[in-house]
Amino acid sequence: MSEVPLALQPLRSVGKSVLDMLRTAGQVTLFGVRGVGALLSPPWFFGQLGRQLMGVGYFSLPVVGLTAVFTGAALALNIYTGGGRFNAEQIMPQIVALGITRELGPVLAALMLAGRVSAAMAAEIGAMRATEQIDAMKTLSTDPFRYLVAPRLLATVIVMPLLTLAADIIGIAGGWVVATKTLDFNGAVYVKNTWDFLQGWDVVSGLIKAAVFGFIIALMGCYHGYNSSGGARGVGRATTHAVVSAAILIFAADYLLTSAFTHR
Amino acid sequence: MSGQVPKLEWRGVDKAFDGKAVLQGLNLDVAPGRSLVIIGGSGQGKSVTIKIAAGLMQADGGQMLIDGKDITGAPEKEQRKLASGFGMLFQGGALFDSLTVWENVAFRLINADKVARKQAKVRAIEALGRVRLGPQVADLYPSELSGGMQKRVGLARAVAANPAVIFFDEPTTGLDPITSRAINALILEQVKGLGCTAVTITHDLESARTVGDEIAMLNDGVIVWRGPAADIDRSGNPYVDQFVKGLAEGPIKPAI
Repeated sequence: MSEVPLALQPLRSVGKSVLDMLRTAGQVTLFGVRGVGALLSPPWFFGQLGRQLMGVGYFSLPVVGLTAVFTGAALALNIYTGGGRFNAEQIMPQIVALGITRELGPVLAALMLAGRVSAAMAAEIGAMRATEQIDAMKTLSTDPFRYLVAPRLLATVIVMPLLTLAADIIGIAGGWVVATKTLDFNGAVYVKNTWDFLQGWDVVSGLIKAAVFGFIIALMGCYHGYNSSGGARGVGRATTHAVVSAAILIFAADYLLTSAFTHR
Repeated sequence: MSGQVPKLEWRGVDKAFDGKAVLQGLNLDVAPGRSLVIIGGSGQGKSVTIKIAAGLMQADGGQMLIDGKDITGAPEKEQRKLASGFGMLFQGGALFDSLTVWENVAFRLINADKVARKQAKVRAIEALGRVRLGPQVADLYPSELSGGMQKRVGLARAVAANPAVIFFDEPTTGLDPITSRAINALILEQVKGLGCTAVTITHDLESARTVGDEIAMLNDGVIVWRGPAADIDRSGNPYVDQFVKGLAEGPIKPAI
C-alpha cells in the first residue's frame, strides 16, 4: 500500500487497528456461540464437567474467601470513616452489605478467578495446542469443543455465583469482625441491621453478574489457549491476553449490568 | 492404479501460509492397503500434506478425496465422520499428559465409541501388548515414560480402534538408532497386521525403506519423484539422489 500518502499513514494505522479489533470480536463471538452450541446437544462429557467444577470452584474457594474477608473488613473501616463525617457511622453495616453483594463480591471473585482460572485454562489448552494434543483429539473422533471448551464454560458459569455467594457471606463477616472488635458495634444489632436492610434483589443481581463474569472468564481462557501459536512463547502470550482481556471485559460488563439493574 | 479407487487422493491441492505457497497443485494417491512414505526436506509441506488428508487442516484449493469422495469444504461433522476410520502417530507423541497411559490408548474407545471404562482398559492393555509394552505401564503418566516408550504408546493409541488409514508423522525423529529400528519394525508389523493404508512422512531413509511399499519425494509443494521403495537408491532423479546422498549441492536448496 505504498500509494497511501505519508500524511494519511496514521489514519491507516488506526483503520487497521479497528479492523483487527472487529475481526477479533467476531472470532470471539463465533467461538462463544460454538462453545454454547456444544452444550446443547450430546455427547456431553460429565467427567470433564465434574473435574472443572472441582478445579474452578472448590479449589478457588480459599483465594476468593481471603479476598472477600479483607475487602469486607477494609470496606467497613472506610465507610465508618466516611460516615463519621456526617455523623452517620451507624449505617456502616447496611452500606457494607450493599457494596459487597451488588458490586465487590461478584467483581472481586471474578477478578481472582480471571487470574487463577482464565490463566490456567489458557495455559493448559495452549500447551495442548502446542504439543498437537488438540489435533490428536480430533483424530480420535472427539470434538475438542465438546471435550475441552464446553465443560469449562458451563463449570465456570455454575461455580461463579456459588463462589460469589460465599464471598458475600465472608465479606459481610469481615465487616462484622472489624465492626464488633475494633469499632464497638453490637454484633447482634449489626446482623439485624444488615438482614433487615438487604433486599433479595441486592444478592440476586450480584449473582447474575457473577454468572456473566464466569462466562467471560472461561471464554477468554479457552479462546486464547485454543488459538495460541508459536510454542512456549505463544502459550505465555495466550495466558497474558486471557487474563487482561477477561479483566477488561469483566469491568465493562459490570458497568453495563449495573446500569441495567440500577432502576429496578 | 489399475482402475481401483484410491483410499486417499490429493488432487491439485494448494496450501499457503501468510502468502507463502507450501503446496502447489499437489497430486498424489494411495491405494487401499498400501504403505506410502513421503520424504522431503524441512518446510516442504510434508506435515501439511497429511494434516489435510486427516482433516486437521483445510486446503486452499484443489480436492482431497477419501474413498473417491471429496471432503474439501464438507461440513466439519461430515469430515470427522469420514476421518473416523483414521489413526495418527504424531511426531512428539501428542499424548494427553493429564491422562494415564491406558486412558490415552483407550481415549477414542471411551469418549467416541462409549465403551465402558473397565472393558476399554482391557482393550488398551491388549493394544499396549501389541507394541511390546506390559500392563505395568498402563497406570503411569506419559511424563514418566522415555521418548521411545511414548512413541510406542502413541502407536498403540493409533491402532487401538483398528483404523483403515494410519498417518505417521516423523515416527523416528529424536530416537536413537536402535529404538528407531524397533519403532519401524512395530509400525510395519501393525500396518501389515491390520491390512490398513499407511502414509508416513519422514526424513529418515532407513525408516522410509523399512515401512514403505512406495516412496514419494515432495519438493517445493509438488511431487518430484515416486516409485517403489526398493528403487530409492537408483531413482535417477536429481532431487532424490541429492536427498539420499545428503549433498549440499543440487536442485534442493537447504532450509537455512
